[in-house]
Amino acid sequence: MAKIKLSDKKLQELKDVCKSFNNEKGELINVLHKAQSIFGYLPAEVQEVIAKELNASVAHVYGVVTFYSFFTMIPKGQHPISICLGTACYVRGAEKVLEEFRRQLKIQVGETTADGKFSLSCLRCVGACGLAPVVMVGEKVYGRVSPDGVQDILSEYNN
Amino acid sequence: MAKQIRIALRNCGVIDPERIEDYIARDGYMALASVLTDLSPEAVIEILKKSGLRGRGGGGFPAGIKWEITRNVVADQKYVVCNADEGDPGAFMDRSILEGDPHVVLEAMTINGYCTGASRGLIYIRAEYPLAVERLKTAMGQSRSMGLLGENILGTGFNFDIDIRYGAGAFVCGEETALIHSMEGLRGEPTVKPPFPSVEGYLKKPTNVNNVETFANIPIIINKGWKWFSSIGTEKSKGTKVFALAGKINNVGLIEVPMGTTLREVIYEIGGGIQYGKAFKAAQTGGPSGGCLTVKHLDTPIDYDNLIAAGSMMGSGGLIVMDEDDCMVAIAKFYLEFTVEESCGKCSPCRIGNKRLFELLEKITQGNGTMDDIDKLRNLGTVIKETSLCGLGQSSPNPVLSTIDNFPEEYHEHVTGKKCRSKVCKSLMQYLVVADKCIGCTLCARNCPVDAISGERKQVHFIDQSKCIKCGACMDKCKFNAIIIN
Repeated sequence: MAKIKLSDKKLQELKDVCKSFNNEKGELINVLHKAQSIFGYLPAEVQEVIAKELNASVAHVYGVVTFYSFFTMIPKGQHPISICLGTACYVRGAEKVLEEFRRQLKIQVGETTADGKFSLSCLRCVGACGLAPVVMVGEKVYGRVSPDGVQDILSEYNN
Repeated sequence: MAKQIRIALRNCGVIDPERIEDYIARDGYMALASVLTDLSPEAVIEILKKSGLRGRGGGGFPAGIKWEITRNVVADQKYVVCNADEGDPGAFMDRSILEGDPHVVLEAMTINGYCTGASRGLIYIRAEYPLAVERLKTAMGQSRSMGLLGENILGTGFNFDIDIRYGAGAFVCGEETALIHSMEGLRGEPTVKPPFPSVEGYLKKPTNVNNVETFANIPIIINKGWKWFSSIGTEKSKGTKVFALAGKINNVGLIEVPMGTTLREVIYEIGGGIQYGKAFKAAQTGGPSGGCLTVKHLDTPIDYDNLIAAGSMMGSGGLIVMDEDDCMVAIAKFYLEFTVEESCGKCSPCRIGNKRLFELLEKITQGNGTMDDIDKLRNLGTVIKETSLCGLGQSSPNPVLSTIDNFPEEYHEHVTGKKCRSKVCKSLMQYLVVADKCIGCTLCARNCPVDAISGERKQVHFIDQSKCIKCGACMDKCKFNAIIIN
């Protein structure tokens, strides 16, 4: 895989984050959260920097990144779409909603559209079970979504 | 709402969670003040033990005994941890408490610190709950500036402060040893107990881990006394339990009822019955670790022990109601899919066994199962329960075993009759056009995503079963009820 060149500014930002946690290995998860908000994802190059700063092995950092579903090594879309597949959403038809998003965006779960606009992922319960089925686009939560409503949600972001 | 008693949720929705004054006006920090000035740690632990409070995170371990164990270990540093990693799909009571009443958690953790001899607290919270994190941070700032948190609390010389640690999306981190590893910046994999965290936990120091809802019960028990608390509930399960009602029920949301309330009261009196007047089939408690309660359990008083006797468990309190349209084999498969994804992979019974369980269920829902497969599910499930390392694997077969026990006929139908009575398992059904109802409007054909439907305008249409992906779009669109599932 081609190496990604990290911008000096962001690189400095990342190092500052590590420093703000005293370069402590035990703070790895907090560091990764901040790093993901800087870069949008956690490519190998970012992990290498973090490993060096926290005096940990790259394998250790990689092991943690891949363990937790919140961390991603693939860049997410401009508008990340998450479909809740928790039990409450499932029994109220979340699978059909997911199917409709897949059909309209022509991508699978875990992928990003070619124009980088949308990415699709599933999550387990955002704690809004009263609104099931629930879809999140970025930070915005849509409740009681039906397959028919998918088009409307997408068009909000398509202009 | 007459059946409900609000203890853990007493302030949620009543106070402004961003104003400490509101909390104080409702007797907030009174318990902390009386504990620090009038009571010895032993006395507080005695109150808790007598109150009968059991851990609300799922296991139901007596809270007072846990505190006592942590207290009795000699160490230079101890920790108090609040488990706010509410990963159980369908449960959102912890989030509601953290967002609606954050101070109660801080107050209870500080009391715990005083009793166990810890000077540091950590709240491990899911990254999916940003508002709860904000509210906690606001609350921590307020209580620090009022001398209720930090150094020399209320001028008594007692020091205790709290930090927040974030989860990163791993269900297994609700298990306390996995949670502790995650807080240490490691993969959230569990380790064998003993040693229990109360003896050797975070950074190898004694660590008292309690769930959010457990903490929310503590201050009021101290204010109102153990006699009051233990007068509520059943013989072995005292107090109340918060349930998150969800699924096919009219009133969804959080409820708090005394232990011992029956499922019938919860579903029909508080929940307002099943949606669209359909028939109740099952209620799933305990999430992916729990099992199903059925019609025959409607009048069983809900408490820790009765749920276990019924093949389920209390869990964190998610209560998902299912009706006649839910296929229990598919539900079991749904939970297994979750477990397979969330298994940390450390021990083989859980990593491999659950995968095999899932494959067997997949085979059955696709119409290729045999009676032998049902026996295999049962045997393998039992082995996984007995041999897995942590709570996740030890309980993951429960949804399968409990649906086999309670709905054997549905499994048999899938296997021998190749039939899914709830019309959920796609491989076992066919969409068909009813000839004398179809007017040939072409709407279904235009909406079919795979062009499986053919037919001229004003002629009866035909669905090509070899192309049909059983998405159901045609049936949803048809205005004449001309499409049925066989």
